[in-house]
Amino acid sequence: MTANLTLLIVVGVLIACGVYLLLERTVSKMLLGILLFSNAVNLLILTMGGGDGAPPIQGAGDVEHDIMADPLAQALVLTAIVITMGVSAFVLALAYRSYILTTSEKVENDPEDIGIAGREPEEPEE
Amino acid sequence: MTLSHDLLTTFAPLPVLIPLLAAAATLVVGRSPRVQRVLATVALSAAVAVCGVLLYLADRDGTVAVQVGGWETPIGITVVVDRLSAAMLLVSAIVLLAVALYGAGQNIADAQVKQPTSIFWPTYLVLSGGVAMAFLAGDLFNLFVGFEILLVASFVLLTLGATAERIRAGVSYVMVSMVSSMIFLIGTAVIYGATGTLNLAQLATRMDAIPDGIRQAVYGVLLVAFGIKAAVFPLSNWLPDSYPTAPAPVTAVFAGLLTKVGVYAIVRTQTLLFPDGGFDNLLLVTGLLTMLIGIFGAIAQNDIRRLLSFTLVSHIGYMMFGVGIANTIGLAGAVYYIAHHILVQTALFLVVGLIERQAGSTSLRRVGGLAAASPLLAGLFLIPALNLGGIPPFSGFIGKVALLQAGAQDGSSLAWILVAGSVLTSLLTLYVMARVWSKAFWRPREQAPDGHLVSATLPSLVEDNTDMLYDERVDPGRLPAMMVLPTAALVGVGLALTVWAGPVLGIADRAAVELQDRGIYIGAVLGGGTK
Repeated sequence: MTANLTLLIVVGVLIACGVYLLLERTVSKMLLGILLFSNAVNLLILTMGGGDGAPPIQGAGDVEHDIMADPLAQALVLTAIVITMGVSAFVLALAYRSYILTTSEKVENDPEDIGIAGREPEEPEE
Repeated sequence: MTLSHDLLTTFAPLPVLIPLLAAAATLVVGRSPRVQRVLATVALSAAVAVCGVLLYLADRDGTVAVQVGGWETPIGITVVVDRLSAAMLLVSAIVLLAVALYGAGQNIADAQVKQPTSIFWPTYLVLSGGVAMAFLAGDLFNLFVGFEILLVASFVLLTLGATAERIRAGVSYVMVSMVSSMIFLIGTAVIYGATGTLNLAQLATRMDAIPDGIRQAVYGVLLVAFGIKAAVFPLSNWLPDSYPTAPAPVTAVFAGLLTKVGVYAIVRTQTLLFPDGGFDNLLLVTGLLTMLIGIFGAIAQNDIRRLLSFTLVSHIGYMMFGVGIANTIGLAGAVYYIAHHILVQTALFLVVGLIERQAGSTSLRRVGGLAAASPLLAGLFLIPALNLGGIPPFSGFIGKVALLQAGAQDGSSLAWILVAGSVLTSLLTLYVMARVWSKAFWRPREQAPDGHLVSATLPSLVEDNTDMLYDERVDPGRLPAMMVLPTAALVGVGLALTVWAGPVLGIADRAAVELQDRGIYIGAVLGGGTK
């Protein structure tokens, strides 16, 4: 199997950017990170499905294309895209809710954690 | 084909179908909480019955693969029932039913409070379907889909009611889960690129043909993905931060089941795809660290729920121990231990829900004197607590002894270190449990540092009733029977693992033998082999 080097480099760069964004504390930036990450993974799956240019579905009278692309890889990507989309919508709802409740969408540290670490604890709300 | 084979092919997809159909049905009747509860409990009871039959048949007749929709193996979706998956299915179905009854009891007891009934039951049932799907999946991508179904449902359940605290926990939980799913997908993609298939049985036959480096890399990627889900040590930090914020029944079912699905995935891939390992020592070392660091974390905690979350992490280490040793006793011990731990940990979290109800708090700084206030509750806590610590007659002891035997049989120095580590962890677990016992149950309430809780909020599935005070309840201090009974039943099932240790260990042993002989699984899925 030959792999497409350009696509692999793109995958690497996208994952790097995605991970960088994921390390942020703001929900919307983390969401962007997840989106970049998932698109990178989708590209990777597509790359693993074989070379480019071939159609995933052939019509009955199709004589132009004698080689088909691997339809399974495309089906996997489709499923992964749908799942990511659903989760993204959910994360957006979380970010919105977080903004409504605390007027910020920053992810705070666990108050119990802070208390146990023995630093000046912000009095945890019971 | 024989009658029992027909029965198996009919029954195998049902653990997924029943909850999903019931989820749809509960959505339809969203306006009537009572009908929803009845539907959900009926569906989950049916699932328990089906899983019981599946385990019986799988244990009698061996592994069976069902081609969904009649498409043959490499093309279609395969559902595989062997002793391991059937045992997992039965235990998880029992736990799901018990927690559902508990949740229903809580709903009924809080009937005067507004409940998010319309969404709880459908989501819970989808979660059940996802768990079953992960156990039954015969190929990597359906395993991924099973994971996603249960994860998305768990996102909703975790953030139910959407208080600031739950949102905070929910965001990190969602992010960690998504990253682990993405890593899993990367592993899937590379495996597909290297072998051209995702079917587990077919993969098992082709795995030897690919270069060692790629095989190791893929295994590493999958281990990281499953390790996050299973909360194995360096990847476990998300768990104690996110689980304790959810409502009691939700935490209980998460703690019992979700991490075990990750462990199951590790067992499955380890035995089927990578039997010559390569990372066995790594598994053992992470297992040791998971045990020790988890339990040390638990010692530091003041909140009972967080403390239990840490013991949950800690005891995942035992399962890694069994999987890493990978001899027959080790795998059998791991299977038995998974079953034991699902039951006991869930029961403990349900009891904590009752404690919160009774005392208004789960902080060890606030509660006290519970043994006098409610001897029943004390008993319900004590039994699973001792069980978790591994006191001799209980199932925790039997599972641990099996693992220790496996370590002794292996005989390498690392195995002996793990034996020592697991004994130490067991003692420390006992210490942690004794600490909860002496503080929450034994010490008079007045001696608690922040004791004398005059008023506490009534915990509920929603938190929009924060102004409702503990004392305003119709019957403060009385525990609803509908919540106590499922908890007691679950504690009882945990005890049954001791009473029927022989047959259960027998199943675990046969499951382990089956796991070690890949030919059985491959033959069942691809045909051509004996069953």
